[in-house]
Amino acid sequence: MKEKVVNGSESCVQSAKTALIRQIYRVQAMDFASAGEISGKIKNILKQLGVNGEMIRRAAIASYEAEMNLVIHSWGGSLIFVVTPEEIQIITQDTGPGIPDIDLAMQEGYSTASDQARELGFGAGMGLPNIQRCSDRVEISSKEGQGTTLKISFFL
Amino acid sequence: MSEYYHSVTLDKEKCMGCTNCIKHCPTEAIRVRNRKAQIIDERCIDCGECIRVCPYHAKIAVTDPLSVLDNYAYKIALPAPTLFGQFKNLKKCDKVLSALKKLGFDYVFEVAKGADIVTELIRDKLDITDIKKPLISSACPAILRLIQVRFPNLLDHLVRVESPMEIAAQLAKDELHKKTGIPKQQIGAFFITPCAAKMTSIRNPIGNEASHVDGAISILDVYGPISSYLKIPDNTEKQQRATAAGLNWAVTGGEGQALGIDNYLSVDGIQNVIPVLEEIENNKMSELDFFEGLACAGGCVGGPLTFENGYVAKNRIRLLAKGLQNSPPDDTELEYVKSNLEWKLQKNIIEKPVLKLDQDIVTAIQKMEAMEQINRNLPGLDCGSCGSPSCRTLAEDIVRGNASEMDCVFKLREKVKMLAQEMVELSDKMPAGREDRKRNDNS
Repeated sequence: MKEKVVNGSESCVQSAKTALIRQIYRVQAMDFASAGEISGKIKNILKQLGVNGEMIRRAAIASYEAEMNLVIHSWGGSLIFVVTPEEIQIITQDTGPGIPDIDLAMQEGYSTASDQARELGFGAGMGLPNIQRCSDRVEISSKEGQGTTLKISFFL
Repeated sequence: MSEYYHSVTLDKEKCMGCTNCIKHCPTEAIRVRNRKAQIIDERCIDCGECIRVCPYHAKIAVTDPLSVLDNYAYKIALPAPTLFGQFKNLKKCDKVLSALKKLGFDYVFEVAKGADIVTELIRDKLDITDIKKPLISSACPAILRLIQVRFPNLLDHLVRVESPMEIAAQLAKDELHKKTGIPKQQIGAFFITPCAAKMTSIRNPIGNEASHVDGAISILDVYGPISSYLKIPDNTEKQQRATAAGLNWAVTGGEGQALGIDNYLSVDGIQNVIPVLEEIENNKMSELDFFEGLACAGGCVGGPLTFENGYVAKNRIRLLAKGLQNSPPDDTELEYVKSNLEWKLQKNIIEKPVLKLDQDIVTAIQKMEAMEQINRNLPGLDCGSCGSPSCRTLAEDIVRGNASEMDCVFKLREKVKMLAQEMVELSDKMPAGREDRKRNDNS
């Protein structure tokens, strides 16, 4: 598995540089106090951009799941939010345990959430499947013991 | 009626230009410009939050004066259930109903009775399976407008049933017409309202072409006269028809309780409703059957046009409801409503895209970029001194062409400092000759 698919995507974004929003948000592991704030901000930006309602809803769900994945599973990372006239991208890069078997992780009900996360009601194993259902394209690359990069795209 | 009729308005004389209101507006609809507040018509949802927080009472709700009754030969009062919670030691709703007659109304019809009927109509909707869940109550007109402005994605969750007020108005006019033969055009029906948003929904209805209600009179305007009529003992006839459940619509949870379902959620206070609507929008409450959001704390009893403290009123409603043993509307009654009244919301409820930066996505993205850029350079204190509720909103106002960076006092001070420094630097660059002559003079 290649490690840095995200770099490729960024250069692709820059080629279409007529108009571009690019925001980077840091996410702390186990920071449940501010969990969900980033996806809230993203949703507001999309509303101000006038993106159609159904897509906002899908992007909001996916960004929330992606944000929560960083909080629950990673050791911390960042969420990058990109909008071009062609697409919306939500990219997460983290350092963390990585996903040993991506196909398995994409199945509903499979989760490696910690006991702490499960006590808080997370870890139902719906995160990645939910992201896949909502988005137009998902790319995951992961290296065990190092981290995961997830790129979610929505075509405008 | 103009598309932007609003009951909530500004009394310019009283406005001191403080920033209390801009900070509390849930749709960021107020700015302070030229030392006076300004309401942005497209954004205002008439929730009345600004009326509550304005220390100078400069925000007012325009309702009809009692003298409006003179315009109609026959007058009907439609008291909101909240009205009954306003009076101390009230044992029976009947007393208030007859006091309304003494006030000049020919006929009185409880909106709580309308609520009883609406409850049944909504229950039918809950059984429909291909409907988006949770069903969202459309009872609170401020929440309805909030959804239009901030949560257009949720418009198709709304209950498409008329409000208890509209049902009550139609039934009351029907009844009076049948009893007396008076033509309906000569009958005026007036809602006795706890809030401004109801006034707006009469003048500018959302789900239908026109309201069946002819005006709204503030509870504050009838509180005094009714109180004095209540002191006169009389043998009040039994007129009260609403059930306890209908009366309870005045308080948060009343609607859900009346529906008799388990899986409902009720939230009051517009600032509390917003995060729950966010959750629903994020698909996190799809198991919920019914959501009831009310803009005022405690429900309608907390309305800005009420006299009594909302929680005191809430308790009184509870005690009054205890004494009611009426039966809910029967099938004949419901059949009558379904075949003779306008009980569905006919018109499509369309979104009000006031948040959009631009119609064109490319321009919108460019404006957003510019906005982020400006926002990064603002102090981030959200002090409100510029007249916009937050630094981010100021950035937005600048991008929209409605404000300038120098509206920010910190930016202005920076600029002044810079200019002052430039002045000092310039003064150092004085031709040496003049300095020298000065020194020579001194010696």
